[in-house]
Amino acid sequence: MMGCWILNESLSIILVLSWLGVNLYLFINTFYWYEEEESFLYTRVILGSTLAWARASAVCLNFNCMLILLPVSRNLISFMRGTSACFRGPWRRQLDKNLKFHKLVAYGIVINATIHVGAHLFNLEHYYWSQSPEAEGLVAALSKLGDTPNETYLNPIRTFHTNTITELLTTIAGITGLLISLALILIMTSSTEFIRQVSYELFWYTHHVFIIFFIGLAIHGAGRIVRGQTPESLLLHNITLCRDHPEEWQVRCPVPQFSGKEPSAWKWVLGPMVLYACERIIRFWRFQQEVIITKVVSHPSGVLELCMKKRDFKMAPGQYVLIQCPSISTLEWHPFTLTSAPQEDFFSVHIRAAGDWTEALCKAFGVEGQPLKEPWSLPRLAVDGPFGAALTDVFHYRVSMCIAAGIGVTPFAALLKSIWYQCCEAQTQCKLNKVYFYWICRDPGAFEWFADLLLALETKMSEQGKAHFLSYHIFLTGWDENQAFHIALHWDENADVITGLRQKTYYGRPNWNHEFQQVAFSHPSSNIGVFFCGPKALSKILQKMCRVYSSADPRGVHFYYNRESF
Amino acid sequence: MGQIEWAMWANEQALASGLILITGGIVATAGQFTQWYLGAYSIAAGVLVCLLEYPRGKRSKGSTMERCGQKYLTRVVKLFGPLTRNYYIRAFLHLGLAVPAGFLLATILGTACLAIASGIYLLAAIRGEQWSPIEPKPKERPQIGGTIKQPPSNPPPRPPAEARKKPSEEAAGVPTGGPQENPMPVNDEVV
Repeated sequence: MMGCWILNESLSIILVLSWLGVNLYLFINTFYWYEEEESFLYTRVILGSTLAWARASAVCLNFNCMLILLPVSRNLISFMRGTSACFRGPWRRQLDKNLKFHKLVAYGIVINATIHVGAHLFNLEHYYWSQSPEAEGLVAALSKLGDTPNETYLNPIRTFHTNTITELLTTIAGITGLLISLALILIMTSSTEFIRQVSYELFWYTHHVFIIFFIGLAIHGAGRIVRGQTPESLLLHNITLCRDHPEEWQVRCPVPQFSGKEPSAWKWVLGPMVLYACERIIRFWRFQQEVIITKVVSHPSGVLELCMKKRDFKMAPGQYVLIQCPSISTLEWHPFTLTSAPQEDFFSVHIRAAGDWTEALCKAFGVEGQPLKEPWSLPRLAVDGPFGAALTDVFHYRVSMCIAAGIGVTPFAALLKSIWYQCCEAQTQCKLNKVYFYWICRDPGAFEWFADLLLALETKMSEQGKAHFLSYHIFLTGWDENQAFHIALHWDENADVITGLRQKTYYGRPNWNHEFQQVAFSHPSSNIGVFFCGPKALSKILQKMCRVYSSADPRGVHFYYNRESF
Repeated sequence: MGQIEWAMWANEQALASGLILITGGIVATAGQFTQWYLGAYSIAAGVLVCLLEYPRGKRSKGSTMERCGQKYLTRVVKLFGPLTRNYYIRAFLHLGLAVPAGFLLATILGTACLAIASGIYLLAAIRGEQWSPIEPKPKERPQIGGTIKQPPSNPPPRPPAEARKKPSEEAAGVPTGGPQENPMPVNDEVV
């Protein structure tokens, strides 16, 4: 059990180190190959070790470009999650960190691209200098190769009466290299966290420049300008004897022959490109499938609830869908957590207006004071998904703590409903027998749609005699003096004055030490799953609490932390 | 896409271009490439661009994340007034700075990126955007006596204050309204 806990926390570190290890292995291996390899000896005479730097970083680039499309193939990841035999427990949680991995690989690409470009700048300059009239000896002799009809060339720059820029722009490798570097820089500058906040659309649209990136990458090596000696020439031309006497090559040694290296980038990236193309095709096909909107509810504080039906739609609590509204934007898909339980015959999402697209959607569905819309005038929606996330693990623990901050309550809405349905069916045995639910919220108006759910649950549980199954605590963090007086006056009543629920609302933030202590005390030898959806700062606090209150004894209480994020 | 503040992206792009110009310039100068003096120029141009672009401008709506330690440079950039506020000037400045670096291979990528940034700034300028500095909020000095309300105008026992109308409606039997009318005369019995 304790090994499992260590594995939990460090699996991410292990995976990152493995990725780094593979990168270093590829880099160092390729570097030494190009430094020692005989067929590139003459190339090294002109270029020096910048050849090895350029080639080593190129191999790392190939590796990383292969990896980068995989974490964003959502349907592939869902498929991997579905095959639960292979992906249990800690491995499943790693699949939730796909975006972090995508960013890590992107940084890897940038670093290797910088090394690659820098090294090739030196290479081009060295090739250019070796054509100058001042070059002498072996370097000059090698550069002259290719001038006569029976010779193959080594130096791609054939004359001194040119400049490196012209040479760059007249080669496939040069043009594609410039293009893909520009594409990479545009992607990076539009993907910073600030720009994603300012305008998600800009980030999303500019990111599609990756198509140019991958096409450029695939044809980047087509010019075959990395040249090494052919194997046949190596047999005929003895390097150790002949390298010191270039003036005698026509006489004693046969002239060395060179050939260009085959492009290899396409071999690395073809698979993932095909997979990603399939991913986009699946999304397009799902877009074509009909989505019927069965109910539209407008809740206070600008929350829109949409209930929909779609053929063959199966979900689990905690999963999310991507929604597209063609009348607002043809290219954007936005993620929303499902708030309905799998046992219901429809699926629903609760959307809050928090940006251009969501505001336009709320307006299109007639939120806040606009006249009621007829069902046939509602805009068409397309839904892709559902895509999996961590909450399906809640049922694998005997005790679970679910903590939601603000709008982060949405995955837990689905979960609590699902728990409700499972409690009704007395035949099915849940492993889960206690749920602690904490909701931290600023605005009491936002309570309304969720308060109804909690009220219904409260009634249901006490009817079934399972009143102690669910223990929930609501924390209202934004209150003023007037409210405080009002609440103080009604403190002794049975139902809470704001929500009408039997369990009282607390004011201010929770004291996590106290909460975790209580839970640990009540369940001394259990594994407790902690599930959180909300801001990072609180996530860090909760992770710390889980570490502090997990006992060192393998038979004692253990808190396992799971975070939900988009 | 209508609400995008293009200047924000132009700023990120220009900052990145500045760094690329510096890197390309260092490679060219250290390697003593042909026309390496253009490399030296591009290091200087890159540094200028980075200094100009480091302080992020304020968004027209919403809050802006400041870059670490940008307030010192904000003060300097603010000094130039309209030269740094106006995005047309920035667009042409960047274009002008980019051109000489375009003649050296090592810095050609920097030129292309800075030219793109210049184009985005031009777009931002056409849409009427402007650079405004992010000012630190003046510290709210605690007002002495500000939270002390009107002292009570009548002796105890007092009704709940006017402001507490809501609870006082619910709680029955608590009188509302102005000064208390004493049912019998009250004398001050201090000798």
